[in-house]
Amino acid sequence: MTAPFFFWFFAAIVVFGAVGVVAMRQPVHSALFLLLSFFGVAALFITLNAEFLAAVQVLVYAGGIMVLFLFTIMLVNIRRTAGQPYVHRQAGAALLVAFFLLAVVGGTIVASSRTSGLADAPADPAKLSTTTISRMMTETVDGKTVKTPVTEQVAGNSQAVAWGLYRDYLLPFEVASVFLLVAMIGAVVLGKRTMEHVD
Amino acid sequence: MSPTLAAALEGAAKIAFVWACVLGAVLPNLIWVERRMAGLIQDRPGPNRVGPFGLFQAVADILKLLMKEDVVPMYADRLLHTVAPLILLVPAMTTFAVIPFGSTIHLFGRDISLVVADVNIGILYVFALTSVGIYGLVLAGWASNNKFALLGGLRSSAQVISYELAMGIAAISVFLAAGSLRLQRVVEYQASGTFLGFLPLWNCFPQAIGCLIFIVSAFAETNRVPFDLPEAEAELVAGYHTEYSAFRFGMFFMAEYLNLIAASAMMATLYFGGWSLPYLHLTGIFGSLASIAVFAAKTGFFIFLFVWVRWTLPRFRFDQLMNLGWKVFLPLSLLNLLWTGALVLWGVI
Repeated sequence: MTAPFFFWFFAAIVVFGAVGVVAMRQPVHSALFLLLSFFGVAALFITLNAEFLAAVQVLVYAGGIMVLFLFTIMLVNIRRTAGQPYVHRQAGAALLVAFFLLAVVGGTIVASSRTSGLADAPADPAKLSTTTISRMMTETVDGKTVKTPVTEQVAGNSQAVAWGLYRDYLLPFEVASVFLLVAMIGAVVLGKRTMEHVD
Repeated sequence: MSPTLAAALEGAAKIAFVWACVLGAVLPNLIWVERRMAGLIQDRPGPNRVGPFGLFQAVADILKLLMKEDVVPMYADRLLHTVAPLILLVPAMTTFAVIPFGSTIHLFGRDISLVVADVNIGILYVFALTSVGIYGLVLAGWASNNKFALLGGLRSSAQVISYELAMGIAAISVFLAAGSLRLQRVVEYQASGTFLGFLPLWNCFPQAIGCLIFIVSAFAETNRVPFDLPEAEAELVAGYHTEYSAFRFGMFFMAEYLNLIAASAMMATLYFGGWSLPYLHLTGIFGSLASIAVFAAKTGFFIFLFVWVRWTLPRFRFDQLMNLGWKVFLPLSLLNLLWTGALVLWGVI
């Protein structure tokens, strides 16, 4: 049984990286710890046989977003934080919020694993190499909408992700991309110093 | 022999073969080819003293780098300055794992697919690794605590992100046509038929624009002339590796050459039929060996192209580089995607 070992190993890396992000004084070091955390998450995806998600995690977060973070940090030249106290005044409030968040997330995980048996997910990788997706197929029979549960075998998880995004959850996916576009346009408009030059 | 042991041995043999070829044969000769070609193009002899035709020049260069003093600047971030070349080098060495270098060979009663790891995310793996390698440049620039190095690092991060996008979208069209992200499948698809009845089904014909974008972007991704702005010696001394000496400096060069070889292999694989020959289907053990030779020849051509362009073209200006990436290549690559989608929909390819 190697799966639990790898899970705990990479989970430890994720947490170690996350702690490093807030513990480092130098912003560039913090960014690098965040990067480590992202790699840990990608490795966890691989242990779940989700290579596609792992590759996208590295490509988008590590390769795209973090490089831009580093770019910005290096450009703005953040002032030295060496003399600052290590624990901030807001530490108490932050702890309270963190515990609340932990309770909500942990509670949800415990509750859902109790009902759906998520905790006993199959650990056999051979079973996971082809992804089985279950969905409700909607058909119109004699003017009535009939929903039938369908289980399908998909060859790789890139296909499974594509079916999820572009068929089963097409509308939420498109709405999310419109939101992102709105946010981006908003950022560009706010970033302009004066509005006179915007045609 | 148990199947697990056989598979492990097969994998180890393939890794040994690929690294022996790349690190042992291509890399040293590439140094020689680059310097001799420079001489040829600039109408001078080039290095011709060490060994016959100067063939051992690479050995001399590497030995020299190994024996120099490894200097770390006083105000540099010591740890990051030390690991930055490694961060660049390791992804460069592991990219080759997914590139198919031949067809399937039948040896010892086994069918061996000539690729180290035919994973079903193929090119995403390559893109993910190249995007990690960029940290090597950025961190080298930042950790050196030198303004020229920092500017070089910043330039390289901006440049790689800009061109990665167009390159990625061009690559998507390839997978749209092949119907898989698996690189061995991409090559088999290109070997499978003809385009318009007479051309080989190589992606460079139906997707000529995508092919051009991919090749030009590869120059930008590998920081080669005409896009070598991160190390523009006229403006930035030596860019991100200004503060590096001895073998750490050598590692930057090694990574650049490895990236160049990998990019050439990717061009051959994605757009020029990989290990396949047009109109011919070679079978048997000699067919498999021939496929390795075909792949080597195609990759060799693109390596030659890289060197040729380096000593022929002048460098771009940074604003020209950004305009080309965002305002020309990105829309064109989307157009190429639309075009390929239409071809697939109409059943032309």
